[in-house]
Amino acid sequence: MSDLLRRLGGVALLVVALALPLVLDDFWLQTGLFVMAAAIGAVGLTLLVGVAGQLSLGHAAFAAIGAYVYAWSTGETTTSVTGGGLPPVLGLALAALVAAGVGAAFSPVAGRLRGIYLGLATLGLVFVVRHLLLNLTDWTGGFTGRSVESFALGGFSFSNRDPDYLAVGGVEFEGLHRLWYLFLLLAVVACWLAGNLRASRTGRAWANVRDSETAAAAMGIGVARAKAAAFVVSSAYAGTAGAMLALAYGRVAPDVFSLTASVDFLVMIVLGGLGSVAGAVVGALFVTALPLVLAEYSSALPFLAAPGSGGLDPSTASRIVYGLAIIAVLVLLRGGLAGAGRRLRHRLGGGGPSGDAGTTDPDTPGPGPTGRTAPASGTTDPSTPDGSHPAAVTHPRSKETTR
Amino acid sequence: MSYFLTQVLNGLSYGLVLSLIAAGFAIVFTSTGVLNFAHGSIVLLGAYLVAVLHPTIGFWPAMLVALFGAALVGVLINALLVRNLADPEPGAAAILMLGVDIVLLTELTRRIGNQVLPVGAPWGASVVRFGDIALPTGRVVAAGVTVVAFAALWYLFSRTDLGVGMRAAAADGPTASLMGIRLSRTAATGWALAGVLAAVAGVFLTSFPSPGVAPTIALSAFAAIPAWVLGGFDSVPGAVVGGLLIGLTSALVTGYEGDLEHVLGAGFGEVAPYVVMIVVLLVRPSGLMGSKEAVRV
Repeated sequence: MSDLLRRLGGVALLVVALALPLVLDDFWLQTGLFVMAAAIGAVGLTLLVGVAGQLSLGHAAFAAIGAYVYAWSTGETTTSVTGGGLPPVLGLALAALVAAGVGAAFSPVAGRLRGIYLGLATLGLVFVVRHLLLNLTDWTGGFTGRSVESFALGGFSFSNRDPDYLAVGGVEFEGLHRLWYLFLLLAVVACWLAGNLRASRTGRAWANVRDSETAAAAMGIGVARAKAAAFVVSSAYAGTAGAMLALAYGRVAPDVFSLTASVDFLVMIVLGGLGSVAGAVVGALFVTALPLVLAEYSSALPFLAAPGSGGLDPSTASRIVYGLAIIAVLVLLRGGLAGAGRRLRHRLGGGGPSGDAGTTDPDTPGPGPTGRTAPASGTTDPSTPDGSHPAAVTHPRSKETTR
Repeated sequence: MSYFLTQVLNGLSYGLVLSLIAAGFAIVFTSTGVLNFAHGSIVLLGAYLVAVLHPTIGFWPAMLVALFGAALVGVLINALLVRNLADPEPGAAAILMLGVDIVLLTELTRRIGNQVLPVGAPWGASVVRFGDIALPTGRVVAAGVTVVAFAALWYLFSRTDLGVGMRAAAADGPTASLMGIRLSRTAATGWALAGVLAAVAGVFLTSFPSPGVAPTIALSAFAAIPAWVLGGFDSVPGAVVGGLLIGLTSALVTGYEGDLEHVLGAGFGEVAPYVVMIVVLLVRPSGLMGSKEAVRV
């Protein structure tokens, strides 16, 4: 029953998303593009951090690699920068592949470290990649960056030209409208793949590695390999997201992919609820759209001052709001927004067990031999209808047992 | 030769300041298991308090207020937020600290604005000369204070009940708790110590040769993360070694940038600490002096 409702809800959302370009103006379309690009990056990161349990602060580095690979491979050689002149589709695929390749190259580190140790090592990646972006000026254009060729598929360009005029239902479809559908397709495919991956053998192996490496190894999971694989997949997602950001901006520059961007990706998945694909999308919507919307409508909000006047300007306000949002979600909501939503559904639907099954993982094979996962089994109900949510939240340890 | 020596001394004295910050990371990590991403903001907070208060109440009283303020903020963060995490585990705590950092840093940045506030240190912009080597007095004072601070830390951790209790709590929390050590107290002490060290480091980071308090200070505190990781996550002596190594590396790379630029690119000095960190993590995942994790799979 609840499964049917979820599907109907998904279809309804998709129909709305398909129809939105007919009514939205350019600002909202642009915002939507950024949100969808960020959502793909966030979904990739939630697979790594939420499902596989590896903290990464280097997501922006992989997004940067994707963005620049796309920009370089599809760009033409000019007086200032070189370019590959490849077809955009190939460029997009290369962006994901090269980012995944770099992720694989980093896997000797990723396979050996865990948790916050890995987070710190990946912190280094952001700075190293930024340094390369600034210095390999022939390829990247240095500090000012380089412009990005618009996407095209078989003579149909996702820009304002080629065809010059295209209208659907009386609304002229310009570059933003066309990109909207491309991004929507990519986002839906990415979420669908991520959901399936998480529920698959591989995803459950990752969750097992997250919960206890010793137990996972005892069950025959190659721990280093599983961790490296999670890193590679997440990097590919980041690369795709980077290429999409490049398309949405029409330009790439090193400052887009700073440490702040990495932190933003983390914030998205934490707000949404670690390990939840839908949560990652909601988190991306919140984090990406909030500063843009506050800036756009700052004149209508009385408590905001104009930028530079010393008062509370929109970008400061949005940063404080989302800093507070992170704190509030982590302190008040177990499992982020996704966890809260799941509990709400249980309460409303009444079909589920009253226990807080959302934070346990019904699909994970029983208690590990170390006994570390044992307390979780007490709150797990095998009849949980929520079986589509393996690996929902970071740890199976329940609040009651740790206090 | 004297240029080289100047760079080395500069690097070592800067490294000692970094090691103060790195020790703060290590103490918070050992006492509560939290990766304190807000540490940079607390460094900035300490420096900011001194910069704002010194014109009215003088430098030393301002310094005292800053030490208390930074320690208090640390203790409050721990008591109000970290201990109340909905999912108490290291990753969530680290991300919580990112949230705290965003709020603190944004608010301090808004207050500071585009100004560069002088901290009004009594040693001003004077320079100490050893033969033909010149070193800012602030750096010499910093080195002295740091050495004293680490001596005090050593005394605390090896000779006092409180310090031994903190080490016991870090080694095995539940057992220490059964032995009558109050974990809430050792945790609060750890956060307070880290805050004090951060405030001291903040003043040295913002006095001459640095122009004054600006929001970028919080980012240079980030350079202490490689120092901490390098030394080992749970080792205070490791933080000193890591700080010195990172200080030397960045001073030498920056000092000889002209010769290195065509190989490594401009601005490599900022990246060098992170490169060193990644290499060390590859070879020794628990740092130079950190305790090895028991489980290897």
